[in-house]
Amino acid sequence: MDEEKPRRKFHPVYLLLALPFIADLWPPFYNRISPELFGIPFFYWWQTLWIVLAALCILPAYLNEVRRGK
Amino acid sequence: MSAHPVTLVVFFALFAGVALLGLLGSRWRAADLSQLAEWGLGGRRFGTVITWFLMGGDLYTAYTFIAVPALMFGAGATGFFAIPYATLMYPLLFLFFPRLWSVARRHGYVTAADFVRGRFGNRPLALAVALTGIVATMPYIALQLMGMQVVIAALGLNYTMALPLLGSVSLPLIGAFIVLAAYTYNSGLRGTALVAVVKDMLVYVTVLAAIIIIPSELGGYDKVFASVDPKLLILAHGTANNLGPGFAYVSLCIGSTLALFMYPHAVTGLLSASSRHVVKRNSMILPAYSVALALVALLGYMAIATGVKAMPAYAAGFASFGNNFAVPALFLHMFPAWFVGVAFAAIAIGALVPASMMAIACGNLFSRNIYKDFINPACTPAEESRAAKLTSLAVKLGALIFVLELQSTYAIQLQLLGGIWICQTVPAVMLALYVRLNPWGLLAGWAAGMTAGTYMAWTLGFKGSTYPLHLFGLTIPCYAALSALVLNLLIAGVVSVVASALSVVSADQTVAEDYR
Repeated sequence: MDEEKPRRKFHPVYLLLALPFIADLWPPFYNRISPELFGIPFFYWWQTLWIVLAALCILPAYLNEVRRGK
Repeated sequence: MSAHPVTLVVFFALFAGVALLGLLGSRWRAADLSQLAEWGLGGRRFGTVITWFLMGGDLYTAYTFIAVPALMFGAGATGFFAIPYATLMYPLLFLFFPRLWSVARRHGYVTAADFVRGRFGNRPLALAVALTGIVATMPYIALQLMGMQVVIAALGLNYTMALPLLGSVSLPLIGAFIVLAAYTYNSGLRGTALVAVVKDMLVYVTVLAAIIIIPSELGGYDKVFASVDPKLLILAHGTANNLGPGFAYVSLCIGSTLALFMYPHAVTGLLSASSRHVVKRNSMILPAYSVALALVALLGYMAIATGVKAMPAYAAGFASFGNNFAVPALFLHMFPAWFVGVAFAAIAIGALVPASMMAIACGNLFSRNIYKDFINPACTPAEESRAAKLTSLAVKLGALIFVLELQSTYAIQLQLLGGIWICQTVPAVMLALYVRLNPWGLLAGWAAGMTAGTYMAWTLGFKGSTYPLHLFGLTIPCYAALSALVLNLLIAGVVSVVASALSVVSADQTVAEDYR
């Protein structure tokens, strides 16, 4: 683990926070109807799914900060 | 158009109950409400759960129930930008705002302008941030008034009367305004926090009923999507020399995301948390609201599927309020009378609570950063608190004027207009949590961004917010908040470089350790 590293050092766990931005800010990828899920076009379920995934992307960074007592 | 008597009884019983709770709320964990930190920040001691309810008020407003579904109803996929907006705000909340909480606690800041003054030691910049916060909040409150107006009208109380100076005014609007003003003036943030809990319960019941009952009666989500014009179901594609709706979509999302936590009421919500960990935990649990927002947005498509727009019973409502009438019409059509009362009460209270938080936050901002700093530095705490209460009233009057003057097809334009302005404080507030530019550079950037943003909104008649930029033979449809912010940052950066070359320095009250 990285407890010995200096406090200001960038931890790779923060890279996860970039994922929601990549997933949500490139419409050429998700601006389509298929594959549908329960009759819901891809455009809609993909972006809705990422609400939950984004929260999960924050969790490791949060746990990391709690562990370091920040 | 006249609602069932049962609907009226249920609506008014719930609404009166909640209003009463708000008034009692001022006695909750009793405190001296003539002190600003007590009236306006609830004493800075809300835990994770209360903060979740309070901050949820920023997302669950008339924006959710009226404005976003109306845009989906009329314009299709474009309206769904609210969902990535309500997603991406949380990584930003996590990265930036625990720092704001910490530095605010260390130095006793209550508003964003307090922080700017401490960080930059520059009074004009703090004044610019305070004024922008107040002006930008008015159209956002206007959206709430409009939401309340639409449901009151949908109850069958759609009358107008002639007033001196204002001309013909809708009674539902005046009713909405009076309820909001009386409610806020009396209870402050304590009352609002208590009501926020009840409000969210009502809202969740309504959302669950709507997303389960309505699609099943319509024959499932596939039937709902099948009823939407295929051209509107996804974004139209751009061309070789026009980046098209996809770019506009992304710019609306980014601009709205950056704007949200700059609003004075969002800062109030954050700073009333009892610790920075409350803020962090909320960045993971607040998305629960966003999931519901996504489902509520689809009510716009359900309204298309039921064909309410063509029904004579709702013709008057659509004539008065355009697409903003889609959700009330859908509920009237699909729900039993008593539950229409519950749902309409949820929408009206869901507009009332955030509007009241917004007005309170503007009051804080004015009394601390304008009244105390520039008008009456020797004021007593009681005078400061009174200035806050009077400002919150004035801001609501300003919002009323926005509703009357900007009767737009889409209520969401009011919120997007506020976003154009508030976004211009991002470099001096949000960015300043990590990077400190020169305050005169920030002021120059702010002035440029405000001018450009207002100009773009003005050329769109204040009824649109996506301004087509023409660069290098390319048409770029971009949310004016974002393009103005880019200009703002460019000017701020250039002027900061020049200012540091000329050794124009200013005092920073904060140190790196304050932000942790």
